Amino acid sequence: MIQWVGAAMPRKEDRRMLLGRGRFVGDLTRPGLLHAAFVRSPHAHARFRRIDPAAALKAPGVQQVLTAESLGDPYLLATLERDEFVPTAMPILAADKVRFVGEPVTLVIADDAYRAEDAAELVEVDWDPLPAVTSIETASAAGAPRLHDHGNCLVDLLMFDDDRLSQIFGTAPATVSATFRSARVAALPLEGRACLAEWDDRDDQLVMHVSTQVPHQVRSGVAQALQMPERSIRVIAPDVGGGFGLKCVVGREEVAVAAAALRLRRPVRWIEDRQENLTAAFHGHEQQYQVRAAFDAEGRILGLDAEVDCDTGAYSVFPFTCAVEPLMAATELPGVYKVPAYRARGRAIATNKAPVAPYRGVSRPQIVLVMERLMEKAAAVLGLDPLQVRRANLISQDDFPYTGINKITYDEGSYRESLDLAEQIVTDRAWAAERDRLRAAGQRAGIGYACFSERTAYGTPAMSQRRMRMTPGYDTAMVRMDPTGEVIVTTGTCGHGQGHETTFAQIVADRLGVHPGQVRLRQGDTDLASYGWGTWGSRSVVIGGGAASRAADVVAGQLRRIAASQLEASPADIELAEGVARVRGDANAAIPIPELARLVHFQAHRLAEDLRYGLEARATFDPPGTFSNACHAVMVVIDPGTCAIRLHRYLVVEDCGVVINPMVVDGQVRGGVTQGAAAALLERVRFDPEGQPVSATMMDYLAPTAAEMCAVDIVHLQTPSKFSETGAKGMGEGGTIGAPAAVLGAINDAMSGTDVRFDHIPVLPQDVSAALSGAGATS
Amino acid sequence: MKDMHEIRLTVNGHVHQLVVEARRTLADMLRHDLGYTGTHLGCEHGICGACTVILDGAPVRACLVFGVQADGTEVRTVEGLADGEQLSDLQQAFSDHHALQCGFCTPGFLMLAEAYLAEDTTPLTEEQARELVASNLCRCTGYQGIIEAVLATARARRPGRKPADEA
Repeated sequence: MIQWVGAAMPRKEDRRMLLGRGRFVGDLTRPGLLHAAFVRSPHAHARFRRIDPAAALKAPGVQQVLTAESLGDPYLLATLERDEFVPTAMPILAADKVRFVGEPVTLVIADDAYRAEDAAELVEVDWDPLPAVTSIETASAAGAPRLHDHGNCLVDLLMFDDDRLSQIFGTAPATVSATFRSARVAALPLEGRACLAEWDDRDDQLVMHVSTQVPHQVRSGVAQALQMPERSIRVIAPDVGGGFGLKCVVGREEVAVAAAALRLRRPVRWIEDRQENLTAAFHGHEQQYQVRAAFDAEGRILGLDAEVDCDTGAYSVFPFTCAVEPLMAATELPGVYKVPAYRARGRAIATNKAPVAPYRGVSRPQIVLVMERLMEKAAAVLGLDPLQVRRANLISQDDFPYTGINKITYDEGSYRESLDLAEQIVTDRAWAAERDRLRAAGQRAGIGYACFSERTAYGTPAMSQRRMRMTPGYDTAMVRMDPTGEVIVTTGTCGHGQGHETTFAQIVADRLGVHPGQVRLRQGDTDLASYGWGTWGSRSVVIGGGAASRAADVVAGQLRRIAASQLEASPADIELAEGVARVRGDANAAIPIPELARLVHFQAHRLAEDLRYGLEARATFDPPGTFSNACHAVMVVIDPGTCAIRLHRYLVVEDCGVVINPMVVDGQVRGGVTQGAAAALLERVRFDPEGQPVSATMMDYLAPTAAEMCAVDIVHLQTPSKFSETGAKGMGEGGTIGAPAAVLGAINDAMSGTDVRFDHIPVLPQDVSAALSGAGATS
Repeated sequence: MKDMHEIRLTVNGHVHQLVVEARRTLADMLRHDLGYTGTHLGCEHGICGACTVILDGAPVRACLVFGVQADGTEVRTVEGLADGEQLSDLQQAFSDHHALQCGFCTPGFLMLAEAYLAEDTTPLTEEQARELVASNLCRCTGYQGIIEAVLATARARRPGRKPADEA
């Protein structure tokens, strides 16, 4: 029997994109379309008294200038139901105070995008600048300027504690401690944010086309901010040009444009430009870890103690809040290692910078980096091989299902096996000999590894631990067969490059015995799909795909019963394959599936009452979560003159359970590795001490090009998940999660022979140069 | 007052005559005045290359060219690559090698590679393909599929010729 799951099917999405017929928000137009431009704060921290729109209102083509006051002070509020959480309402337009450069203050609406930008420059604001805080250190200092009335610490949670730790650290054969830092980075989807809002009198609805990963949450956010019933808003995500987490939160600009369209009863479009995207959208990953770990003489970890501080920017994002990074870091730090005693405190610190959203990987690139560096440091202290230290601590097959000190249950994975296989391949390919040759030729070369798991498909059982007022997790799918036997699937997940139109079709095709070409996924439309949670957190194929496979199973049961009634067989003996319902073992007893579909729709009276009107089903899936895992190995070469760090070889051994489409999976891994390696080598959002962004263009914020990458080889292991309908595990973030630790490990290996070691990312050529010029040699 | 100019140009073989404001970029003119929305804007300052089109045979950043500068030129955009509904060999190779994910940067890479392959018929090494592809930014794929697609197209268009590094 043909099985589509597992096939490297070409993507259904490709054709329209290759023909230039993709439909992104910026490609949409409407008669009488108006264009929005925001007046944004030039100050990192300031009060303002008066906004004078007079000159802007007189400018050619200007229709309206909107302020917080004229909109009635709407805001987005994301809340955790925890005493330790301080909510920060994020005004749609700032009312009297701004907290970062780029914060929107006024919205100018004009008949032409160029004229809207012209007029925005004419809006006058009386600023009263305040001192700004731009780092965790300055924001935490006594007497620091306060962003919000209650101070700058918005979350301070002691997530885990253990009385035994002081005794453990007092008696352990080895302890290591260090401070680890990762820079603020930008998700940088090639399409910035975008939104077109228009009122539809016939449907009595505000219709919004938004470049988003989460159409239902945009609907909820707009409804809450503008105090409208949710049914009176329809959010459609057309083609979305990348998200990476930047678009899994609701932007105040989207709400402002909605408010403008409501007020003017005219279609209004806003297209974020790259400078706005780099300064005024969302950032991520600016974190600092002060960690100590105790080890026994064999390298087994005895205790772990971490203080995690996340620079969260000026506000909590909707709906995740500013706790998303510290909570994930403190909860998941132990990772793939068996930690017997654990203390972790997580804090979110507000600074005068753009808010932080859950960028790809969220805190896991950092916690993996921390754990891998601890293993390497312990190995150095104990004189052991760093891979042996990892093996001494890895969760192994005998341990599954493993419930960790962090109270998380890990489903089956291949943590040891992936490391063993990666090491074997590295050995077979003689990486060490190559490294040594490069070193002999005067280069600095090093090999690094990272072992990690990726918690994916967080259902409500996992998400409810965070105590969000809006707790995500489940998703619902509808599967419907039309009278010609074609299948329509709707989901609340919202793919934007991950190939869901293809992979969901593969899953459903197998269940129904049809060709994936006959299965059409409809997503990204709040009027089409049941309430869902969009695409982020590597959730879609497991949760949305799981819901679709459950619904498809129901439809398959309907088809079997109808076929059985026509073939005078038992439904249990009917198999659906290759477009036909047939009695198992009887080649002559078969009916084409389209014939069954025609029968149900057009000849219902011929069917028994309980078989009529069928061929559609709705199902929900809400799993506890599942862990994919991988081991990365990388070789870097550092030019001894320029200190430029180049990726030389890259290997990923990964296990995401059942692979739905290997081509798509490999694409996700390679894209993820590229983002993760760039976080280790290139990317950082920079500010001057007053909080002015100084990386506001793509000339200054360095995204990796092909020249910075090397080929990434991928090997798959498959440990199916018992926590997922299809056996698949999420895998959209793993590449980004593992790469920083592996690359940092390789850089540190390249520093062999010196006492230089790095505990931060990105490591830049100037860091290497400065460290080596002051470094001592070690034997 | 808008500073308007009447221009005439050919896009994918179709002659267009229009009046355009002096400051309007070629990209905005193609997208919004002429309806060629396949050309995308990723940065509007000449770095990402998503807006790459072929102007009189050469790949250009359409965000760095004014519409009036295209007066009298021949422009090719992504909409002009296919033969009707039939994907070109380069477009097909992009799909075969998973050279796109979200698809937003894709038209720029296609036009970049199309211009290169049309002009330079010497065999292409992987290193040269990587250097070519490094002209533009993609945030999804990690570039490997794009490099493979360009190499595969180059090899298919020049059968029997091997690049020097494979000899």
